[in-house]
Amino acid sequence: MSKSFYEFFCPVKVVAGNAALEHIPHELRTLSAERPMVITDKGVHGAGLIDHLLGAFKESGMTIVDIYDDVPPDSSTQVVKDIASIYREKQCDSIIAVGGGSLIDTSKGVNILVSEDGNDLSEFSGVGVLKKPLKPFFVVPTTAGTGSEVTLVAVISDLEKGVKLPFTSYFLLPNAAILDPRMTLTLPPHITAMTAMDALTHAVEAFTGLAKNPISDAYAVSAIKKICENLIPVLNEPDNAEGRLELAQASTMAGIAFSNSMVGFVHSLGHSLGALCHLPHGLCMNLFLPYVLEYNLEQRGDVIGELLLPLAGADLYARTPAADRGRQAISTIRTMRDELYRRCKLPRTLSETGKVTKDQLAKLAEMALDDGSIIMNPVEVDLEDAKAVLEKAW
Amino acid sequence: MVFDSFEQSVNSKLNHEEVQQMKQLQQLDVGVMKRPYVALMMNVIGRALQAASQVDSVIQNEVRRLPSGFMFDMRALPTGPAFVMQKKGETELEFIGSNAPRPVDVSLKFKHLNHAFLVLSFQEGTAQAFANDRLLVDGEIADTMKLVRCLNRMESLILPKIIAERALKRYPDLALLSKIAGGGRIYKQVVSNLILG
Repeated sequence: MSKSFYEFFCPVKVVAGNAALEHIPHELRTLSAERPMVITDKGVHGAGLIDHLLGAFKESGMTIVDIYDDVPPDSSTQVVKDIASIYREKQCDSIIAVGGGSLIDTSKGVNILVSEDGNDLSEFSGVGVLKKPLKPFFVVPTTAGTGSEVTLVAVISDLEKGVKLPFTSYFLLPNAAILDPRMTLTLPPHITAMTAMDALTHAVEAFTGLAKNPISDAYAVSAIKKICENLIPVLNEPDNAEGRLELAQASTMAGIAFSNSMVGFVHSLGHSLGALCHLPHGLCMNLFLPYVLEYNLEQRGDVIGELLLPLAGADLYARTPAADRGRQAISTIRTMRDELYRRCKLPRTLSETGKVTKDQLAKLAEMALDDGSIIMNPVEVDLEDAKAVLEKAW
Repeated sequence: MVFDSFEQSVNSKLNHEEVQQMKQLQQLDVGVMKRPYVALMMNVIGRALQAASQVDSVIQNEVRRLPSGFMFDMRALPTGPAFVMQKKGETELEFIGSNAPRPVDVSLKFKHLNHAFLVLSFQEGTAQAFANDRLLVDGEIADTMKLVRCLNRMESLILPKIIAERALKRYPDLALLSKIAGGGRIYKQVVSNLILG
């Protein structure tokens, strides 16, 4: 059935491939920027990834004015304020974020303060509060999962008030996402697996959700195919630059898909589990994906069945009767999870995490119902449904 | 011959799509009746939600978890119509009218009067309106989810099943007697509120 109405928007320039980092100076100049600040963390810096960036600026006639590498894993509005103050002091005119999802959110916060000449980030929290374009902002992802380089949202903790501030604006979208295989080459196997499952979930939920549309479907299907074809080869051969680039592109494509079609019940459960038990987001996605697809299967079997082609390839798709494709697609995801468990001990159930107790399931179910993503799930979910899915995932 | 039948099939499909599009365009035409209809339905839904919060334990449980004095509105941009409601006591929602006495905690905003019409004439469900980017939320998402569940529950109680099924992702398993009893009490309250003001 064709979609009666949809919107699609992605103005982020994607610069991807071999020596992509070397394009940054030119891209900055096209935006009249000359004095970039790099925002990163100790892990990224310590892994030598910033050296690739510094190398890219050699012979470019442009220098990086400052490298801030002290962004903690649990970033906050205070960290954003500190970085903004250095940005102003050093008279920077643009930002290059190098890191994962949380760091990219922190950098989006810095861009708000320095562009709006503000000091209190909470003044800009909410939907559509920002009214004008921000400073030139480039993102170099160092994981292949979050898709934050193509999303218009950021969430930053205000530790003093004990709240998480959400920011949503088209102006938060980066000017460019730089996907260079060198930047994910040293990612350890379990993080490679976890972040790939995050990207896979973004694509699957975008494709099966209530807000799916033809354009985001195309991105989602391509992302799923790339992940399924490249994740195991990359785990076999971590130096496989081509495979790494494919996973990075898949993550960005899945990000484009879900930022236009949103996500569903897997994310409702995953956000709740992450908040209550402090488990990484990608791991939460890996835990819940097959159980939620099984929950949605009866009403959404035809749509889930279409995913068998990118998940398992043409042979299995052709051999499987149309009515069985949905179940076979879920089975393919389960097999993939078993393989990841065998290789990197990536937990497949709540009990395998060792971090969740059974008496937390009721609270998790309640929290999941209040998560905004649940409204985009194609099948209605009530408290008993959520508890039942959590029991299955136990 | 094969080509002919293929062409006929395409034409027939196109004709069918065109007919559907024409129907949609007709529905979307801003007729003179749409604004008063939306205004009336917002009034009715606000009062029905108030009545439902007085009789239905499912809605009461949702309202209980909203902050004390919580206020929300639903409006069509840019100039309305709108209705405003506030939490009263522990479990009830009170219909305030079309103007809020203070900035609301959550605002559900239709981008256009026609989008409000689609939802309030039960041609498009609330969830689908969100999915179609027709409905914007300003405020705490967790509270908004509770409100959406209250609205869905109220619709399932007061609307005939055939209409409610179009507006909801899933029609709840309501016993006929409880539906008649619950819906009847809500209708009675709404009518008396409308008459008595």
